[in-house]
Amino acid sequence: MPLISVKDAAFAYDGQIVLSGVTFDVNQGDYLCIVGENGSGKSTLMKGLLRLVSPVKGSVSLGDGLAQDEIGYLPQQNLTQRDFPASVLEVVESGIRGKRLFLNKADKARAQEKMALLEIADLQHRSFMELSGGQRQRALLARALCATRKLLLLDEPTAGLDPVVARELYKTIENINKEQGIAVIMITHDVHTAAFYASSILHLQQTPLFFGKPDEYLDTYHGQCFAGGICDV
Amino acid sequence: MFDWLFEMFSYAFITRAVLVGMIVSLCAALLGVSLVLKRYSMIGDGLSHVGFGALAVAMVLGVAPLAFTIPVVVVAALLLLRLSETSKIKGDAAIGMIATAALAVGVMVLSLARNANADISGYLFGSILVMSKDDLTISLILGGAVLILFILYYRRIFTVTFDEAFARATGLKAGLYNTLIAVLTAVTIVLGMRLMGAMLISSLVIFPALTAMRLCKSFKTVTLTAAGVSLISFFIGMSISYLLSTPAGASVVLVNALMFLLFALIARLRSRKLKPAA
Repeated sequence: MPLISVKDAAFAYDGQIVLSGVTFDVNQGDYLCIVGENGSGKSTLMKGLLRLVSPVKGSVSLGDGLAQDEIGYLPQQNLTQRDFPASVLEVVESGIRGKRLFLNKADKARAQEKMALLEIADLQHRSFMELSGGQRQRALLARALCATRKLLLLDEPTAGLDPVVARELYKTIENINKEQGIAVIMITHDVHTAAFYASSILHLQQTPLFFGKPDEYLDTYHGQCFAGGICDV
Repeated sequence: MFDWLFEMFSYAFITRAVLVGMIVSLCAALLGVSLVLKRYSMIGDGLSHVGFGALAVAMVLGVAPLAFTIPVVVVAALLLLRLSETSKIKGDAAIGMIATAALAVGVMVLSLARNANADISGYLFGSILVMSKDDLTISLILGGAVLILFILYYRRIFTVTFDEAFARATGLKAGLYNTLIAVLTAVTIVLGMRLMGAMLISSLVIFPALTAMRLCKSFKTVTLTAAGVSLISFFIGMSISYLLSTPAGASVVLVNALMFLLFALIARLRSRKLKPAA
């Protein structure tokens, strides 16, 4: 049974349909990249997957025992966080969900484990606002991992990072996907990377233009066009 | 040397004012950290104006001031929150409209009610003479409730304050916690308003958080430092007010302002020390 199942979903914004005809499943261990230009409906779909907006047609359903508070999410970078007083530990621990009001030992151990996985354990008492862009994304990724055991949703995780740091982050995400078996859904502008790491690609332009394997994608017209090849419109 | 301290607390009304003020200072500082970081600090200011209007109406109608004002301000808080989240009118403009309209209602009502010996300046800038025993009881109970709710929901308040998008995405009812913060702020402001004055009460929300943020870099230390700074500033302010016979509200606000400058200066000196000498 898939973790998330989207069936012929359409989404509207201010009464206008901005995205329609989306159908796909994400299963355990999948790595789906969603690509498309600005305004193509990527962010709307992400909100739909997080069930912050409901589809006006079709359905988005969580399956396989996945509850809403078991989704790990890395939002688009948020400028106000850059002057927010919080330690890395506080940020990471804020990912832990559940009914308890206070953290128990197991929760704290979980946060430590995720920070170790992302190689930021030595930064845990540092202030979040003093971190570099790459370190900040790692802290937020550790927070997302505290929230989930099954599914990570990433919204342009490498935006604004320099290429070396971005590549390291992609490697880390690949490890999380392969070694922990956590399914990844990622929005990105970076088609080459998407094609390299993903197990499937969804290209949106108000409606899906392509959904399938990365190598097939690169052979298609849209893939070549979006990956920087020649394209006449 | 500290004889004046015993003398000060020998007046029952001063003791009551200090007790109410301490609990209000504490609650305001704790909530203030979240409000300032969410860029909602002007909500506190707007609410105090609404509180002034409601208090004036309660006075003229002869109904119990707290029992009437608290619900009105809580409703206003919910309204302001809705407005700043969803409305086409920008949040700060919405607050400006509601605040000045409420202020105007208060002034009109007080000036029309000839029989009430309306002391507008007492409402606007506070008075320590107003705390009755009942007020003290209500303040302690409500202030205690604010404190307990804040501590119980501290972790979730942090999560929602730090990143509302993440909180919502991972199933936390962010709207509920925003509402909780707004309601607790409304109660705190009403409790402190008559003591501090409608024009001055929002400083208790804004100053301690900003002061603490000069030096502290984690949410926990900011919260604890804000609480400490707020309590100390209130106590010093009240003492100055007693010793120099100055208005309590203004004295407390000035001490808060000096604390801010002091912390900002220390932060400046510290960052200079960290940089290598040229």
